[in-house]
Amino acid sequence: MSLAGPALPSTEEVSLYEIRRKIYPRAVTGSFATARVALVIATQLVFYGLPWLQWNGRQAVLFDLASRKFYVLGLVFWPQDVIYLSVLLILAALSLFLFTAIAGRVWCGYACPQTVYTEIFLWVERKIEGDRLARIRLDAAPWSLEKFVIKALKHTAWFTIALWTGYTFVGYFTPIESLGVRAITWDLGGWEAFWILFYGFATYGNAGWMREQVCKYMCPYARFQSVMFDKDTLVIAYDGARGEARGARSRTADRAKLGVGDCIDCKICVQVCPTGIDIRNGLQYECIGCAACVDGCDQVMDKMGYPRGLIRYTSQNGLAKGYDRHMLWRRALRPRSILYGALLLAIATAGAVALALKNPLKVDVMRDRGALAREVAGERIENVYRLQLMNTDESPRSLRIEAAGLPGLTVLGVDQPVAMAPGGSRLLPLRLQAPQAASAAGSHVIEIIVTDQADPAINRHEKATFILPR
Amino acid sequence: MSDFISSFWSGYVALLTLLSIGACALLLVVMSRARAKQAAPQGADGPGTTGHVWDGDLREYNNPLPKWWLNLFWITIFFGVAYLILFPGFGNMPGALGWTSAGAYSKERQEIDDKTRPLFETYLATDLKTLAANPEARAMGERLFLNYCSVCHGSSASGSKGFPNLTDNHWLYGGDPEVVKASIMEGRMGVMPAMGPTLGAEGVRNVVAYVRSLSKLPSDSLRAQLGKPLFMQNCAACHGAEGKGNTAVGAPDLTDEDWLYGSSEATITETVTFGRHNDPASKSRAMPAWKDTLGEARVHVLAAYVWGLSTGAARR
Repeated sequence: MSLAGPALPSTEEVSLYEIRRKIYPRAVTGSFATARVALVIATQLVFYGLPWLQWNGRQAVLFDLASRKFYVLGLVFWPQDVIYLSVLLILAALSLFLFTAIAGRVWCGYACPQTVYTEIFLWVERKIEGDRLARIRLDAAPWSLEKFVIKALKHTAWFTIALWTGYTFVGYFTPIESLGVRAITWDLGGWEAFWILFYGFATYGNAGWMREQVCKYMCPYARFQSVMFDKDTLVIAYDGARGEARGARSRTADRAKLGVGDCIDCKICVQVCPTGIDIRNGLQYECIGCAACVDGCDQVMDKMGYPRGLIRYTSQNGLAKGYDRHMLWRRALRPRSILYGALLLAIATAGAVALALKNPLKVDVMRDRGALAREVAGERIENVYRLQLMNTDESPRSLRIEAAGLPGLTVLGVDQPVAMAPGGSRLLPLRLQAPQAASAAGSHVIEIIVTDQADPAINRHEKATFILPR
Repeated sequence: MSDFISSFWSGYVALLTLLSIGACALLLVVMSRARAKQAAPQGADGPGTTGHVWDGDLREYNNPLPKWWLNLFWITIFFGVAYLILFPGFGNMPGALGWTSAGAYSKERQEIDDKTRPLFETYLATDLKTLAANPEARAMGERLFLNYCSVCHGSSASGSKGFPNLTDNHWLYGGDPEVVKASIMEGRMGVMPAMGPTLGAEGVRNVVAYVRSLSKLPSDSLRAQLGKPLFMQNCAACHGAEGKGNTAVGAPDLTDEDWLYGSSEATITETVTFGRHNDPASKSRAMPAWKDTLGEARVHVLAAYVWGLSTGAARR
């Protein structure tokens, strides 16, 4: 059923696609801008610095894909330890839910690599090309030698940062110092070179060219943020009740008399926005919560002598019911956030305890199937097994292998104690023998016990079956 | 070798591929030319609407997709076409680069062979007894054994019913290192003929009693006496007059305590009556020839390991 309303004026025919209009964010200073810069520095110190740390004569953080060993400081993870990765991912998801429910898109605005690298590249662009107006003019100007040199300088700087980023990324997977030496001596392996260039190109492309296009069109977080928000989530909002009607006026003018609110329509909030939106239109999916508009507007409010906070962090409830800061923070502690927090604490504790108690010895028992049981001299029965022994940490071990579960069960065919290299694994054929009369004919559950001779607390009891034939 | 006798299905797939890629391209062309109505935006700067109004106040925005999205889509189409020219995928046409998965495997195999050749040449030049004492060669031999031989002979090489125990000193074909190597290289096919028809039921019982007495197992002494001349007539040709066996034909020594199929009266009766055919054609338990699968170098290492097992040098 369609109620045809009045035809709207001036319809035109437009394409379904549009050329992207470049955004020139204006520089901004303020407490939130300072927080963002601090986070850029902190995250990048970690990212660029971690691969250079050493531990026990090897790189402290190294994901050695070829040998399938993952080193994080003193811990060595094997593929069998993927459960710890799952726990880490679950913790990441829960913490995302928690701080998004409380404070909105703080990840996007302060910590996301897309934001961080875009800010770094924007900073370089500002330093080389100038402030907002200068950049707009430069792009609009015809090509000249000066323009070429400026642009070349900027792209060279970007290219260098991107290449160093690619090199650092690959340095998490192969020791970064030898990688650097190989890069300089032009001796890189095929895949190393590919990934350095690929990741570098991605950094250059995403931070230099794509910027907000990633946030607006590619990133799924923008789209499902509404699922993680509720009426008490802190978002960046324009206080329309206070600000409208907007309009220019002199500093000393009487607002009530002029019928204007606090907003002077200076459009600074639009100029500083990295995604190019107008926050006065309300919460939009493009808003990445960087609070540049908050800082910008606060400065203008200071100049006008009005109170700060025309654009501020508040919640939907806060705007509707006029919450003050104290009330907003009280609302942060609501059932949803308490539940997330509790889950987070529980899983983090469980994960930490499991890590602390991790057993570095792994044992698999595979019994031979071809010959189930064999009669040997002395009316004894023999069963054959293969033991896969894995010593997952970085100290050598000396292991004793014993068996229990049947009277007279003995272990043969192994030179005891079994020596294990650090991070080594061995496949041992093993023979167990028991008297035919040890028990009734049939299959019996037995235990193979592997113990570290130096530290008996490190052991494994693995179940197996022993077959006594009829 | 293709199972298809005509090229119809290849052509069918190629046509579908072409049509799909063409359809994507056509879609892009049509949509980039398409136009939507857009009324002037409402408010200071909101997106334009399509101009139509439903139910009084329902309007539809036209938020244009970015052009770079369109361009990236075109790039994937060109990439797809280039890929199909260079690699197989367009029906069963081989790509211009001539890549095949079998070829990739051969190349990888070749690389490994090139890498390991110096090591294997050293091993091949070493005689088997010396090699059996070399711990690295033994470790390699153990890995080869666990991979290829343990299926039949067991992980500990102690064998099972019908598969010889390689850790003892009883050899069907001889225990010299060179003979062991020959057994692995060429395989063995032992055949014990069925003596049931020749001997008859009673004759079989007597022979079995005699055979058990040869290795000092309990048996009916009267039947053993009756069985002895039968043995000399029918069995001594292969197993020797004293039953000591003949490694030239792989006839086992019947006087020792090592029994390939078991020492019970029932088992020996079965052996004598029906014979044991280790015949590859009948898919029963023959020792396969490994020279083509493994090559002489690996068999050489294996032979040293297996011989080492029996001498106690690597006794498990």
